[in-house]
Amino acid sequence: MTLLEVAGVSKIFPGVRALDGVSFTLRPGEVHALVGENGAGKSTLIKVLTGVYQPDGGELRYQGEPARFGTPLDAQRAGISTIYQEVNLVPLMSVAHNLFLGREPRNRFGLLDETRMVREATEILAGYGVRADVRRRLGTLALGAQQMVALARAVMIDAKVVVMDEPTSSLEPREVETLFGVIRDLHARGIGIIYVSHRLDELYQVCDAVTILRDGRLVHTGRMADLDRRKLVSLMLGREFGAEFTGFKSADDGPAPAGERPVLRVTGLTSRPRLHDISFEVRPGEVVGLGGLLGAGRSETIKAIGGAYPIDSGEIEVDGVKLGRSGTVRAVRAGVATQPEDRKAEGIVPGLSIRDNIALAILPRLTRMGLVSDKKIDEVVATYMSRLRIKAAGPDQAVGDLSGGNQQKVLLARLLATDPKVLLLDEPTRGIDVGAKAEVQALIDELAAEGLGVVLVSSDAEELVEGADRVVVLRDGAVIGTLTGDRVTTEALMATIAEAADDH
Amino acid sequence: MTMSVTLPAGPGRLAGVVQRQGALAVLVTVVVISLATFPGFRSADNAGTILVAAAPPMLIALGMTFVIITGGIDLSVGSLYVLGGVVAAWASQYGMLAALAAPLLLCGAIGVLNGVLIARTAMAPFIVTLAALLGARGLMRSISDQGSTTYLVRSDAFHELGTGSLFGVGYPVWLAAVLVGLGILTLNRTRFGHAVHAIGGSEDAAALMGLPVRRVKVWVYLLSGLLAGLAGAINAAKLGSGVTVLGSGMELDAIAAVVIGGTLLTGGSGSIAGTVAGVLLLGVIQNLINQVGNVNSNWQQVISGGFLAVVVVAQTYLVRARRTHSP
Amino acid sequence: MTTEALTRPRAFSASWLPRYGVYAAILLLIVFNIAFTPYFLTLSNLRIQLIQAAPVVIVALGMALVIGTEGIDLSVGSVMALAAAFIPLYLGYGVIAAIVVSLLAGVAVGLINGLLVARVGLQPIVATLALFVGGRGLAVVISGGRLRDIRNEDLLYLGSGDLLGVPVLVWIAALVVLVVAFVIRRTVFGRRLLAVGGNRPAAELAGLPVKRVLIGVYVFCAVLASIAGLLSVARIQSSDASAVGLLIELSAITAVVVGGTPLTGGRVRVLGTVAGALLMQLVVATMIKHDLPPSTTEMVQAVIILLAVYVARERRTR
Repeated sequence: MTLLEVAGVSKIFPGVRALDGVSFTLRPGEVHALVGENGAGKSTLIKVLTGVYQPDGGELRYQGEPARFGTPLDAQRAGISTIYQEVNLVPLMSVAHNLFLGREPRNRFGLLDETRMVREATEILAGYGVRADVRRRLGTLALGAQQMVALARAVMIDAKVVVMDEPTSSLEPREVETLFGVIRDLHARGIGIIYVSHRLDELYQVCDAVTILRDGRLVHTGRMADLDRRKLVSLMLGREFGAEFTGFKSADDGPAPAGERPVLRVTGLTSRPRLHDISFEVRPGEVVGLGGLLGAGRSETIKAIGGAYPIDSGEIEVDGVKLGRSGTVRAVRAGVATQPEDRKAEGIVPGLSIRDNIALAILPRLTRMGLVSDKKIDEVVATYMSRLRIKAAGPDQAVGDLSGGNQQKVLLARLLATDPKVLLLDEPTRGIDVGAKAEVQALIDELAAEGLGVVLVSSDAEELVEGADRVVVLRDGAVIGTLTGDRVTTEALMATIAEAADDH
Repeated sequence: MTMSVTLPAGPGRLAGVVQRQGALAVLVTVVVISLATFPGFRSADNAGTILVAAAPPMLIALGMTFVIITGGIDLSVGSLYVLGGVVAAWASQYGMLAALAAPLLLCGAIGVLNGVLIARTAMAPFIVTLAALLGARGLMRSISDQGSTTYLVRSDAFHELGTGSLFGVGYPVWLAAVLVGLGILTLNRTRFGHAVHAIGGSEDAAALMGLPVRRVKVWVYLLSGLLAGLAGAINAAKLGSGVTVLGSGMELDAIAAVVIGGTLLTGGSGSIAGTVAGVLLLGVIQNLINQVGNVNSNWQQVISGGFLAVVVVAQTYLVRARRTHSP
Repeated sequence: MTTEALTRPRAFSASWLPRYGVYAAILLLIVFNIAFTPYFLTLSNLRIQLIQAAPVVIVALGMALVIGTEGIDLSVGSVMALAAAFIPLYLGYGVIAAIVVSLLAGVAVGLINGLLVARVGLQPIVATLALFVGGRGLAVVISGGRLRDIRNEDLLYLGSGDLLGVPVLVWIAALVVLVVAFVIRRTVFGRRLLAVGGNRPAAELAGLPVKRVLIGVYVFCAVLASIAGLLSVARIQSSDASAVGLLIELSAITAVVVGGTPLTGGRVRVLGTVAGALLMQLVVATMIKHDLPPSTTEMVQAVIILLAVYVARERRTR
């Protein structure tokens, strides 16, 4: 018996066939992995399943009956719930109100029953390991707890199918465990789960079946256990294992010479309540990783150094020169280039061309007699487009129209164009496809080899350990340890974090 | 298996209270000082005058509060207010019911048009209602011979509605009070009210959670249109005629009152009680300027503008204080 | 490697309507007028049309820059009133002094708007609302609430004089168009302005002086508005602070929007804005020539605004 079935579904956007005759089946109690590179059609398929998009061809069958969901609401009413990558709740409303939004219990006057909502919300969330005052605004909860609220909400409405779109991307390992516990519970209750993730470990840990999409087409569907990792990856990429996967240099390149003057020195960096007395150094040619769980203060540290986060006390020294208090203008001028975590919101300017994006930070240098010189811009842009292998129709294409990987490269080009001494990278490979990921990782090594100091943040422990010469581990906004030399391993990283957590 | 729960509250709470109750605090202060300083301000008559004068702007600001909490804005209410007044005065020849129904129907229809365009076409509320402002003004002028005809109120019952009183309090004040009460209930204790908050807080999330985003949007603009039309009708009943020149800038006064009342112009959070305080505050200031008498009446605009600036600046810093202390 | 993103057509550039719709509409209207409106193609008529459109063009260009940063400036009408109010007060010290003072009034208002938006972080619509409300009141207070006739020959030359057979007013407007186009295309300020409008956090992280750019934009817009204010005074030959520039913010926003500049920032269409202002002027003129009342004109304007925004609206999905 099948719970949800898709037969030959197609979805066409102007000029793009996002889904091309895709078929796929979900059984009750099955945890079904949906994988593919960015642009393979996963999100489109999910949106078709959940009523956000209407298919242009093919058929949707739900519990044996042909179905058509006009809106997300239709799908939800039928029992198909979705939790998205970014928490899709309303931060300004209370936790309880978020949980019940759209189906609040009412009293006999038809008014909302506040007391009951608070009571039930507290009970329900306790089952997900969240203990908090449910009358507070959701935005005051930690991100992981918010995700649990979203999940509780999705399950609450008698869901028969739960779609999870990269649910662990913002969770800490401990929270991931909680999530997997909940998934096993749903599995036991016969709820079908569609699980989208880029993390292969997770897939093998929780999924029974797998469906692989590539370029909008179905390339494989079957049992998870019958497919080994190499096969899975090669099916996703549509090619045999290649050199791309050796993007990082081997870990034993050895540390940079200890005597050299650090290009970045952070001393006693404090920004209440998030950062406490953080100190570390980066030497030219060194990649220093910032490790720790989500909310440990990694992104805040990066932003504080980049001048985009207020500092209460502490000193930042770039190449021996002290940086004044905060301010991105001063930081950039001193040679600090920051790649923010959220590329779309804080990185690129989507409406502007590749050209304008790359030239953005160095316009005053690209002028002749005070006026912007197109010739000078073109030279810089051509240099970086070829060096970073940016794939585009041309330098005048709008950055918003590029793929995630190419957007990231444009952003990196803009940073490099400022001739930085220090490069701060916050999740440089998040949300980009495997090919571009390897290229970006190789580029980081290349830049370090040229003598830049690099600070790297990545929630992918493997990437962090492979990419960094040293890892500074943070917890609750403070440094709790540094891994060097042979100790730069995933195990050591986990151990440091776990140790600290035990002390707590 | 308990997970990291909440972040500490800190002094952000206090800032939150100030943000929500600031307008009320300022209102009380201004009233107390005025009571002590201006003899003319003290009489019950004057209080009645302030309240009756504040009733129509109150209705408009009530609708505006809903619209702003969804993250929208309605610039058409000033025009709808005038249009409602003219239509009500014209229709009063057919009796009181007609005088109320006609402006409600017409302004409600324009409100629905606003709502449908905003909800269906993804056009900015600002621009859609700007067009409605022009359109409604054009409509008003075309039914009043380019503004030269002033229709007189022909129904005594309707006129009474604007001028009469119950227990010493004018009917318009009662009407506004009842609608404000209903508004508060609707906003805080109904699914519709929660949906209004959710849409303003995060429209994408609201849609994905299955809330009827479009329908709710159409409803808030309908509500805003209806209330603006009603305000116009009440004003016409009070004045005894449909005046064609009033009401420009009314939309901005309403927005000012809502914002002063602590509703975030970015949507997602706001309170009708605050809006009431905001409307009364602007009303009291106007009344005081009239009390002083020899002051150039144009100072009122200057003071309102200055006041608005001070309040929104203070509010911004308060919100920021809350954010940094409880992120 | 996915090539999907590379081949994805840009719905934006593909649709010609938001870009060229305004020119097509002007052309259509001109053809209509040539065919059906007597005396349309006379020199004096064209002169009148251009003179009447000039202040709106000037204000609208400033507005376009502000909208390019994802802002809006409701105070332009009040700025015109302030500029108008100062002129008779300082005309005694000479034309130059009067002009300088009224431009300074613009700078002051722009600074306040800019500081409120950039430093305090207010939404532009609220920040400029305060001066929209207060500015005109102040102007009327300054002018003592009276209409004052202007008799200074030099100033009147700006409003009604000719240079090479073309009204000085039109020359000034044309000059403003060139300056604004130049600023957008060739200056660092202009490029930064577009980046700030396109993605403000990104511009900040890239180390751009975002606040300075924003303050600069509001000052620029207010100065253009005060130029329009003093030109209006010069043309009408009197200063009436309660009437000068009344509701011009609506006309200016309309011109910008009709001209195809998106309200979401990051893009400014200079020629489109000029065309937008001319189109609205032509619409009004056409309706007057055909004896349609102002009420109809307003309703037609409303429809044109809606159409313009409708065809230019951003894709929502994806």
